[in-house]
Amino acid sequence: MSGVQVLVGTKKGAFVLTSDGKREKWEISGPHFAGWEIYHMKGSPVDRKRLYASQTSGWFGQLIQRSNDGGKTWEPVDNKFAYDGVLGTHQWYDGTPHPWEFKRVWHLEPSLDDPDTVYAGVEDAAMFRTKDGGKSWTELSGLRKHGSGPHWQPGAGGMCLHSIIIDPKNPERIFIAISAAGAFRTDDGGKSWKPINKGLYSKYIPDPTAEVGHCVHHIAMHPLRPGVLFMQKHWDVMRSDNAGDLWQKISGNLPTDFGFVIDVHAHEPETVYVVPIKSDSEHFPLDGRLRVYRSRKGGNEWEELSKGLPERDCYVNVLRDAMAVDRLDKCGVYFGTTGGQVYASADAGDTWTAIARDLPGVLSVEVQTLS
Amino acid sequence: MIRVELPAHLRTLARVGKEVQLEIGGTVTLRSVLDALEARYPMLQGTIRDHVTQKRRPFLRFFACEEDLSHESPDALLPEAVAKGEEPLLIVGAIAGG
Repeated sequence: MSGVQVLVGTKKGAFVLTSDGKREKWEISGPHFAGWEIYHMKGSPVDRKRLYASQTSGWFGQLIQRSNDGGKTWEPVDNKFAYDGVLGTHQWYDGTPHPWEFKRVWHLEPSLDDPDTVYAGVEDAAMFRTKDGGKSWTELSGLRKHGSGPHWQPGAGGMCLHSIIIDPKNPERIFIAISAAGAFRTDDGGKSWKPINKGLYSKYIPDPTAEVGHCVHHIAMHPLRPGVLFMQKHWDVMRSDNAGDLWQKISGNLPTDFGFVIDVHAHEPETVYVVPIKSDSEHFPLDGRLRVYRSRKGGNEWEELSKGLPERDCYVNVLRDAMAVDRLDKCGVYFGTTGGQVYASADAGDTWTAIARDLPGVLSVEVQTLS
Repeated sequence: MIRVELPAHLRTLARVGKEVQLEIGGTVTLRSVLDALEARYPMLQGTIRDHVTQKRRPFLRFFACEEDLSHESPDALLPEAVAKGEEPLLIVGAIAGG
């Protein structure tokens, strides 16, 4: 029997929403880790009972939690994220050099073939990996030590490594994105990295076409076409057909192309979803109407999806890791808001239902398709 | 026996009650007490003091015998009443945030 488990990280704990394949009735368990910020929670694609969660707090720092039973029980694992070797500096907001300081884990990406291997994207921007289920973490320091590192600068939310995508056809190839350094790619399992920001244009930085310095909010990929990437930049929705070597703008007829989330339909590699946000100074939907936009042509031509979503007085945001899809037929699409709602569509976005209404502000949404 | 009171979130994390009791071999200082606390409850490593720098987290404070010990050297002796177990060392989270 098929089913879905939605893993929701919020500002005050984690919640697990469960339904059968119809996705009509939902049960909510939680809060897990009540009172803590859960930046991200994700399950292993090869062991659905193995989950990892990033639990963090301004008082008590970072914890990593692991579950071996699908989220019923959890155990804290190693939380030491020590940068490798010489710290070095990046640029601070005022342009002065600032030493790297670990603050929190934004994203946990389990390996595609080993439940004990997980990549962690952290602030200040770096990538760590565990190969023992979280008992120890080692920095893949080739990224932070890339020659451009001293020029990286934080975005308003901090200098976070927030997106990690592993190429399913070539696990040595990994894509990551950092606010506000840009996107990078490794082709050798994380030893060396190259910036992949050609084609991006950011008029708010001194050199709008610089190799690094772009505020990339999120990147997404369809597993069957790992060379095709989609990006929600600070402003601009972008696409690359050559693994990030060159990007082109696909904002097309979007009413605004500022936003945070972007994701791809589970079965249609050319069907893409975004949630347009009014602007970088007003982080809420245009006209107080919450709308998802879908392109079935890989960008440029977008249709508004609003059936079941608030039509007025809605001033929430949808943060960068707060959208995900399931693998059922029809594809389910899910997103969470800073107002604590989780919306779900069981028909690829045509209609929406709030499957949770009053959670704490949602930081992340991931989906496990159970079968 | 040294008595230590933890803030609520750390009690939940360590699965203990309001107060824990620790045996300390040698001098009783903040460092020796925190070393013993973390040895007994490894999940607390990094939550009270930074893993690398060993500095107190900014939103935590150490109190005992109605004194703020937060800015004392980690190697200074704790008050005798704490060393004798008459008074607890209080690890207190700042009242802040939303």
